[in-house]
Amino acid sequence: MEIVFALAIGVLAGSGIYLLLRPRTFQFIMGLSLLSYAVNLFIFGMGRLRTGAAPVIDPARGADPALYADPVPQALVLTAIVIGFAVTALFLVVLLAARGLAGTDHVDGREPERE
Amino acid sequence: MAAMELALIFFLPFAGSLCAAFLPSNARNAEAWLAGFVALGTTLVIAALYPQVSAEGVVRLNVPWAPALGLDISLRMDGFAWLFALLVSGMGTLVVVYARYYMSPTDPVPRFFSFLLAFMGAMLGVVLSGHLIQMVMFWEMTSLASFMLIAYWHHRADARRGARMALTVTGAGGLALFGGVLLLGHIAGSYDLDAVLAASAQIQAHPWYPAVLALVALGALTKSAQFPFHFWLPHAMAAPTPVSAYLHSATMVKAGVFLLARLWPILAGTDAWFWIIGGAGLCSLVLAGYLAMFQQDMKGVLAYSTISHLGLITLLLGMNSELALVAAVFHIANHATFKASLFMAAGIVDHETGTRDLGRLSGLSRAMPITAALAAVAAAAMAGVPLLNGFLSKEMFFAETIFLDRPDWQRIALPLAATLAGVFSVAYSLRLIHQVFFGPPARDLPHVPQEPTRWMLLPSALLVAACVLVGVIPEHVIGDYLRTATDALLGADAPAYSLAVWHGFTTPLLMSVVALCGGSLLYAVAFARRRATTVPLLEAIDGRRIFDALMTGVTSGAEWAMRRLSSHRLQMQMMLLFAVALGGAALLALSGGIGWGTRPTLPLDPAFALLWVIGGTCALAVAWQAKYHRLAAVAFAGGAGLATSLTFVWLSAPDLALTQLTVEVVTTVLILLGLRWLPRRDERIAGRGGTSPRLRRLRDVLVAGACGLGIAALAYAVLTRPGVDGLAPFFVQASLPQGGGLNVVNVILVDFRGFDTFGEITVLGIVALTVFALLRRFRPAPESMPLPRQQREQAAAGDAPPSRVHGGELLPAGLMMLPAVLARLLLPLAMLVSLFFLLRGHNAPGGGFVGGLVLATAVILQYMVGGTAWVESRLRIHPLYWIAAGLLAAAVAGIGAALAGAPFLTSKAWHGELPWIGELHLSSVLVFDLGVYMLVVGATVLMLVAIAHQSLRSHPHKSVPGALR
Repeated sequence: MEIVFALAIGVLAGSGIYLLLRPRTFQFIMGLSLLSYAVNLFIFGMGRLRTGAAPVIDPARGADPALYADPVPQALVLTAIVIGFAVTALFLVVLLAARGLAGTDHVDGREPERE
Repeated sequence: MAAMELALIFFLPFAGSLCAAFLPSNARNAEAWLAGFVALGTTLVIAALYPQVSAEGVVRLNVPWAPALGLDISLRMDGFAWLFALLVSGMGTLVVVYARYYMSPTDPVPRFFSFLLAFMGAMLGVVLSGHLIQMVMFWEMTSLASFMLIAYWHHRADARRGARMALTVTGAGGLALFGGVLLLGHIAGSYDLDAVLAASAQIQAHPWYPAVLALVALGALTKSAQFPFHFWLPHAMAAPTPVSAYLHSATMVKAGVFLLARLWPILAGTDAWFWIIGGAGLCSLVLAGYLAMFQQDMKGVLAYSTISHLGLITLLLGMNSELALVAAVFHIANHATFKASLFMAAGIVDHETGTRDLGRLSGLSRAMPITAALAAVAAAAMAGVPLLNGFLSKEMFFAETIFLDRPDWQRIALPLAATLAGVFSVAYSLRLIHQVFFGPPARDLPHVPQEPTRWMLLPSALLVAACVLVGVIPEHVIGDYLRTATDALLGADAPAYSLAVWHGFTTPLLMSVVALCGGSLLYAVAFARRRATTVPLLEAIDGRRIFDALMTGVTSGAEWAMRRLSSHRLQMQMMLLFAVALGGAALLALSGGIGWGTRPTLPLDPAFALLWVIGGTCALAVAWQAKYHRLAAVAFAGGAGLATSLTFVWLSAPDLALTQLTVEVVTTVLILLGLRWLPRRDERIAGRGGTSPRLRRLRDVLVAGACGLGIAALAYAVLTRPGVDGLAPFFVQASLPQGGGLNVVNVILVDFRGFDTFGEITVLGIVALTVFALLRRFRPAPESMPLPRQQREQAAAGDAPPSRVHGGELLPAGLMMLPAVLARLLLPLAMLVSLFFLLRGHNAPGGGFVGGLVLATAVILQYMVGGTAWVESRLRIHPLYWIAAGLLAAAVAGIGAALAGAPFLTSKAWHGELPWIGELHLSSVLVFDLGVYMLVVGATVLMLVAIAHQSLRSHPHKSVPGALR
């Protein structure tokens, strides 16, 4: 499982970084999106992988920490997901406004000179 | 009690500055009264502290601020600080009175008085600081206030340039001083002034002593405009004259010598001190005195003479003798009185005649006899005429040069240089008075000269009276205070001295006589009929030109470095970022090794592997398609998000899975709404890719691939190592007993780390408002304005959704009727589900975030199916109110706890039985989560609807007036 999880992070991050290096704003926003998946999974993985151990306490089993997955990275990632959405929205609007003002969707706000 | 008074001295000027800033811009009298009362009040409080200071030695106030870092707010007043504080506040009072009449009614005075009082506060802060770092902070603040005041008339280029130069020089000096102070504190083991003063031997023996000395000297010499940093002061004369009188002669430029005197007991006594401090002082004394003789501007003469006199003080401090220190402190006070009154006279002349040019002014003593008399006495004090205060301290200076404890040639050279400087001083004083006030009356002045109002003369007159009093009966007027000041600096080593006017026929007296006669002769021979405006011998050496060349060099060097090291292109910057990160990580991995851990891994589930074969393919497809097939890319990104969400389910994170799923939906809708405004991009119409784009893509693929592999390796290396029991056990164990909830993640979010969540939802609200605000001014590109091709074709085929036109119909007609019925049925259901998630969140997966997103999705579904006009004709949602109500609810939940005496956001729970309803558990946490819920609904709907509304704007006839205000 771990190896698949790690490779998944790698593929998401690699695709995201490739898109961050592209010249169009839409590519950039998709890249950010993919990269944030990868980063969220990575942070989540810092609590190590467990199956069937959701951090919802079962009163019958008691509150032994060994029985449950680490809740701290989960709490961090939960807020990160929501903030990620807000950032995407803000970036999208800035992108649209920049395209309206500059007349281009190039990340530099102007078309590069053709060589 | 004294602590209270210290705090008052410290606080009053800043409070006054704040008040002054908010008065109307033409309230000249109100401003002057306010500033005058603040300055006078401060002066009186300081004066009243004298008995205590002289009896106890030191009065202190310590307020712990960050004690773990050794940072306290510390005020400390000893005799020396008292003298200086009185000088600052008393001079401030006089300058305020003077400025009231000097400033023109058209000048915006709030800015002036506000910065003047802020400067006064900062200067008092420097003087009274008992903590070295605190002192440096106030030191920099005086530089800033000086910058703002020099540039007060910011429409004038010379004012702007002078302000910039002053700030650059003194600010850079302040940074050097900061470094020196950090070293001092490091050596002494504390930044407390008393502790540092006690560590004298330790500091002088330390190998870093030369560095400390150099850095402190840089700070002090730049501030006091000493050679070779003196050039900024003449350019600072572009400031209004009250500022020049106050900051640039009486107080701020004295901060440098104040600091040197303050640190004299621990830094002085070495050869290095003598050469650095004494050398700079001597050069300034002679050079600036020489230059002062040739200035054409009255304020220019005064500026150079200020440098020269500060040089005299610096030289005294550099002589390594206790008596010289006494003379320096004495001269600080004397110079402030006569120089400020001369500046005021120069300002009066400028104010009444419209010019300060020595070549044009002449014979003003007939029209302005009182001004002339006051200026003449003050100038005589500056020249060192007997029975005036300048004579006394200058006499002490001459005596010190003779009894210097140095090798022979220096003992001969120094008195000669001192006498020469005395000659210059007499010559420029004489020239200033004689050319302005005597000779034939000037004819072509801009205004007809006349005596100014008495109130404008009063401050100057008081200062001149002080000059005379100190000059005639020094022991009675200032003897006590001076002794308290020097005792504070020197402690038990303070030497005995007498302040008598007559010491008999001594060598210093001879030097004074030579200076007076020589100076008069020099003026009579060389200047009385001189018309040239150049400076002989030193014309070529101009500090400003060197400074300008240096600044140009630094600027072009920085530009060159930016061109070489960086790029304006974002792609190149991103590339550098990733390349550096990759390189750094590779270096660490190669040198330290990364290696896999030994934690037993989970058995591989083929379904999970299949999930990520799909997820990974989706991610790669996004990268592949994002340029030409945006819709496909959005869909693929959704696929990758879905795989992520399923992974969370798989690996025991139900809350994350729910959140990811709902966020995925809103993000996709959001991006789909934005697609319409992007330029059309088509593979078929794009130019043919050459080799260079292909190579660039290959390079990017390699970098991105390497980064991805690296992150994967990093993740795997961590995942195979045993977990660390950090905070997890605490949260798991404390969740039920302390948080009252079973869902640990939710308890962390709304209870243990509630403050973080509060901050986070605030950010969310701010982002939503920003999106809203940006879109109100949104101007789409012209080519995006007409209807999209697809809508046009649909309209041509006759199956455009008519709902967009007729908002009044019960249901959208046509193709969308059936989905609309379903969506309307769905809305109440979705509301129920979202409330269900909200309420159960504390004990089972769910919570405010998920619930809010579910409701927002349901609302946006109505918009998508029915169209904006149709929805808004029936359903009025006020997302802004939701945001406000959400924030308020969360804040109320927090403040409620604070009112009950517990820390902010402490949860309160009530568990009990109600008739009819049964067992009930109520908690303030629920109110907090309700706030989160409402804010998430409001923010999400606001953003989505704001973007959706843009499509109405392009067809104005269809827009709904008043919708979404």
